[in-house]
Amino acid sequence: MIIGIPRAFLYHRYSTLWKTFFEELGIEYVISPATTREIMSQGMACAIDEACLSSKVYIGHVEWLIDRCDKILVPRISYYGPHGTVCTKFQAIYDVVRNTFRSRSAEFLDYNIDTQTPEGEPKAFLKLGKSLGRRTSSSMRAYLVARQALKADELMEQRLQEKQLDEPGIKVLVVSHRYNIYDKFIGEPILQDLRRMGVVPVLADAVNRQEAVNAAAEISGTLPWAFNKELVGAMALWKERVDGIMLVSTFPCGPDSLVNEIVVRRIDDIPILNLVIDGQEGSAGLETRLESFIDVIKFKRDDYSAEV
Amino acid sequence: MQKYKVSFPHIANYWVPMKILFSEGLDVEYVVPPPITKRTLDLGSRYSPDYVCAPFKYCLGNYIETMEAGANTLVQAGGVCRLGYYGELHEQILRDLGYEVRFVNMARARFSKPLIIYNHFREINPHMSVKRIARILPVVLKMVECMDEIEDYMRKNIGFEVQNGSLAAVYEEFLTDISQVRTKRELRRAYNRCKKRLRRVPLNVPQHPLRVGIVGEYYTIMEPFSNHYIERELARMGVIIDRWMNITNSLRPSRKRDIRNRIKPYAKYHMGATSMYTIGKALEFAKRKYDGIIHVKSFGCTPEMDAMPALQNISSDHKIPILYFSFDTQTSDTGIQTRLEAFYDMMIMRNEAK
Ligand code: SF4
Ligand code: SF4
Repeated sequence: MIIGIPRAFLYHRYSTLWKTFFEELGIEYVISPATTREIMSQGMACAIDEACLSSKVYIGHVEWLIDRCDKILVPRISYYGPHGTVCTKFQAIYDVVRNTFRSRSAEFLDYNIDTQTPEGEPKAFLKLGKSLGRRTSSSMRAYLVARQALKADELMEQRLQEKQLDEPGIKVLVVSHRYNIYDKFIGEPILQDLRRMGVVPVLADAVNRQEAVNAAAEISGTLPWAFNKELVGAMALWKERVDGIMLVSTFPCGPDSLVNEIVVRRIDDIPILNLVIDGQEGSAGLETRLESFIDVIKFKRDDYSAEV
Repeated sequence: MQKYKVSFPHIANYWVPMKILFSEGLDVEYVVPPPITKRTLDLGSRYSPDYVCAPFKYCLGNYIETMEAGANTLVQAGGVCRLGYYGELHEQILRDLGYEVRFVNMARARFSKPLIIYNHFREINPHMSVKRIARILPVVLKMVECMDEIEDYMRKNIGFEVQNGSLAAVYEEFLTDISQVRTKRELRRAYNRCKKRLRRVPLNVPQHPLRVGIVGEYYTIMEPFSNHYIERELARMGVIIDRWMNITNSLRPSRKRDIRNRIKPYAKYHMGATSMYTIGKALEFAKRKYDGIIHVKSFGCTPEMDAMPALQNISSDHKIPILYFSFDTQTSDTGIQTRLEAFYDMMIMRNEAK
């Protein structure tokens, strides 16, 4: 049996966890390629018109995997333990996918995390292993190994970001859901442009999650969503160490529409650019906006140095 | 001590029991929010982030108009989905606009936890008396139930009035009546009187009237301005309108498991906010062979758009047409009118072909 893994949404957070888990259990898998124009337009064609661009990309990846594997992994998540809830998209995505592709005779594999306690995840993976015909003990071992591997990855990433924060030159904190900023079509062009302009992009999502969630309350007290708490917390922790903040969202993201507004109203000591990507913009328009944002940062920098 | 003038965001006719709850139960002056109009929406949109879902904009506009009408304490509704986060941003925006006003954020209130509710009430008026609130709360809840029941009856019959507006006139009187009500007994009397008079209103029901079910997102489905009064338009076309969603039904958690079991083929999991009810009721309307279903939501409403693939499958499995409305601040009345008429014509044609 071959499992298909869509390279979108939670893949960008859990790829190591998933891959290691399946490898440890001796299960083959295939991952959809980095987003192509083709995948993107398939997603746009299959998804509901006004769905957020990120979910259209996801649907596109699922579509790509149909007929290329036996079962497609589509997890469903409702809570992140004490860190909070998620955008309802992650509660719904399994059923959205199932209904969207009902006529395509595809099979889907899910796991479900629906408790407010941290035990949700191990339990879900044991169930997942069971549905793949694996014994509880082997699934448990595979899960623990996978968790370790993911942790190692995350630590490395955090260290790298910390290093970036100490680099000379202009640094911009890029605040964006991981599945957006790591996507070939949505985030990567932005990161490339920034680097070409000699700017160091620091990824907010690579923050230490626990620290970030704790720090988020400094900016917003009643935030319900775990992912947004992490991002807001990263701003609270790092904003003094960067020259500007870039909020990158996809249209029409529900949580971001509210959270970005709070951020823009409450953080006023550093330039902020609020970018909303809808998949239609040309690269030229994007570049101009980035360039003028970097100009603003530079003016501000020069001003300050003139003062001292 | 400054006098508390409290208000709660407007939704449909529920301000009547709200007013009694606050003035009788909490002993504060209640400022009835001005009715929702174009101006409410304009105000709300002007100061809201662009692509936030419409209920946020309506409530913001509503707060501003309520403060203009003299309110100095705004109670913010809690709720699932983004509603739980509305309050913090509403407050920030209004403060940035320079309004000096007290906020009571009920974001964490749950009806199953009376103590939390009690603490929120205490926040609204620290001098409240538990006895008072305990006396009036059951009356208020019952009142909401009566209203919902009567409105349900009206939706099913209003399309067939011999004389336009006669049912609404009876209902208006009922609302005036119950605004004076303080006990369950008085309520029952008003309710019975209203029912009797409603039944006496002459109707002209054809042999096989069209039946249309409405499903969708909490706010948009209940606040008529925000759905461009589609129920009124449908009534004008002479159809039976069935809508399950109202405050009473949404507060009855006991039904949840039932609905979830029935919709298993379309939804294995709970998809957030009202999506489960949307799918559940749409399926029920389909099985009962209604002539059509209308789905309403505000633009960008995630849980409701996630219910749409399931609705599409229900539509094709049961051969029932579904009309989808997604309202944003730019939606024009004429566009809606045209689509409703086309939908109506199609239902008529299908009906004749049967
Ligand atoms: S958080 Fe925003 S981008 Fe992510 S799934 Fe929800 S609506 Fe889409
Ligand atoms: S249910 Fe829809 S309209 Fe209501 S808060 Fe959620 S996204 Fe907005």
